[in-house]
Amino acid sequence: MLHLNKLTKQYATGDMALKSVELEIPKGQVVALIGPSGAGKSTLIRCINRLVEPTSGSVTLNGKELTKLGSSALRQARRRMGMIFQEYALVERLTVMENVLSGRLGYVGFWRSFLRKYPQSDVDEAFRLLERVGLDHMADKRADELSGGQRQRVGIARALIQDPELLLVDEPTASLDPKTSRQIMRLICELCAERDLAAIINIHDVALAQMFVQRVIGLRFGEIVYDGPPDQLKPETLTEIYGEEDWEATIETINEDDEAEQGGVA
Amino acid sequence: MAISIDKNSQKIWAVRDRNTQLTRWFVYFVAVTVIMYCWQTISEATTWFFVLDAPRIAGDIGGRAMPPKWPYINELWKPLWDTINIATIGTVLSLIIAVPIAFMAARNTTPHHIFCRWPALLIIVSTRSINSLIWALLLVAIIGPGIFAGTIAIAVRSIGFCAKLLYEAIEEIDEKQVEAIKATGASRWQVIAYGIVPQIMPSFAGISVFRWDINIRESTVLGYVGAGGIGLQLKASIDVLAWPQVSLILLVIFAAVILSEMVSAKVRAAII
Repeated sequence: MLHLNKLTKQYATGDMALKSVELEIPKGQVVALIGPSGAGKSTLIRCINRLVEPTSGSVTLNGKELTKLGSSALRQARRRMGMIFQEYALVERLTVMENVLSGRLGYVGFWRSFLRKYPQSDVDEAFRLLERVGLDHMADKRADELSGGQRQRVGIARALIQDPELLLVDEPTASLDPKTSRQIMRLICELCAERDLAAIINIHDVALAQMFVQRVIGLRFGEIVYDGPPDQLKPETLTEIYGEEDWEATIETINEDDEAEQGGVA
Repeated sequence: MAISIDKNSQKIWAVRDRNTQLTRWFVYFVAVTVIMYCWQTISEATTWFFVLDAPRIAGDIGGRAMPPKWPYINELWKPLWDTINIATIGTVLSLIIAVPIAFMAARNTTPHHIFCRWPALLIIVSTRSINSLIWALLLVAIIGPGIFAGTIAIAVRSIGFCAKLLYEAIEEIDEKQVEAIKATGASRWQVIAYGIVPQIMPSFAGISVFRWDINIRESTVLGYVGAGGIGLQLKASIDVLAWPQVSLILLVIFAAVILSEMVSAKVRAAII
């Protein structure tokens, strides 16, 4: 469904953030993108919706080439790609409802959005989503009154109300405590499964990624060095991605945590 | 930071090394010399007799000014109302013009760096660098005396002030919020309305009431050059040495300024 072909990004400073990345993601697949800081994870997902302009190569979403689109066609294409951010990137001074509805900006005209006269169907969908992420009682609160986990739930609702085919998720848990991190990851993955959405999730926490996703991609210096199922990640692979370190502990804890979590839920 | 090693091979740390410290002392010395020289020049150019005489003269005028001529206040309501109108309408006009200029001047929103940003900065600098009293003088000559000239003078002088503070606020916004709105497929104007405007609203409100507050004070003297408001009465009263009227006018101005300070403090607290 999503296909990256020889995607390359060179910044004006000369840094090669992405070196000819090839990637194919089928419908409904949730992919974790791991790699050290500066490996190009953020650049990769921003090149897909062109918040960062790729230098060369192509991005194809459902057969549509995105890199050559003009600005209005690009806006239409962006509507089908929901994005979730590390520090939530909510508009802090707007209410939860306004933040969720802002996901519809690509579908409504300027004056309707400026006067907050969204179609009733959008409002209904916003309430449904807020209920789904467990924030239906918060609709009228201002975004800056919420806790980190709550804000990220609003961010998720904003991305989903776009009616996306693909979620681009940039470090969704990096600002959250371990428990909330898991809840957020679980929520994202459940929602993807419910709606048969594909997602690319940038994540630093390898163990957390292994718990939830079907496929892991390791990025290093702008190149893919691992692409496979999460349980195939070996200490050697992590060494190749991140550099020398004792990885046994990282991988082992997964199973224990998983069991503890299962027990807790039951 | 200076780190050196003394003879016991101990590491010594000082904020500055010796040369930097000596340079600093030299700069202090030059500064003190310049100040003393200036003081001397001013002293030579002053007729000290008048200065020594000042307390007596001040006392004399003060004595004549007391008590204020209270009945005169009935002639001041109208000019006071004019003054407040000049300040308020002038501020509103200036904001209407300053907002687009600020968006053109801010690095992150300007449509074009050379064709939009530089002209905008030029407008900001040129309107800011000329005092409103001088704008009023020019405008009285151009469009004739009266409230209209005063309002325009206040408006023109305020454009640069408001636009400068506003464009600095625009440049300091959190770009992540803007990025998030862009990612939804929002148009350029929607990005401004959702990503930028909510972030600068507190600054905008603060700047508006702050400038309105300054403009109340500035508009009280505009009448001096014929641009309407209470300054006209002030000038007339001083010209005929009607000190009890002058003292009343000053009291009224004082009250108006305190009131405007209170209003702007309240508004700012309510918004932020």
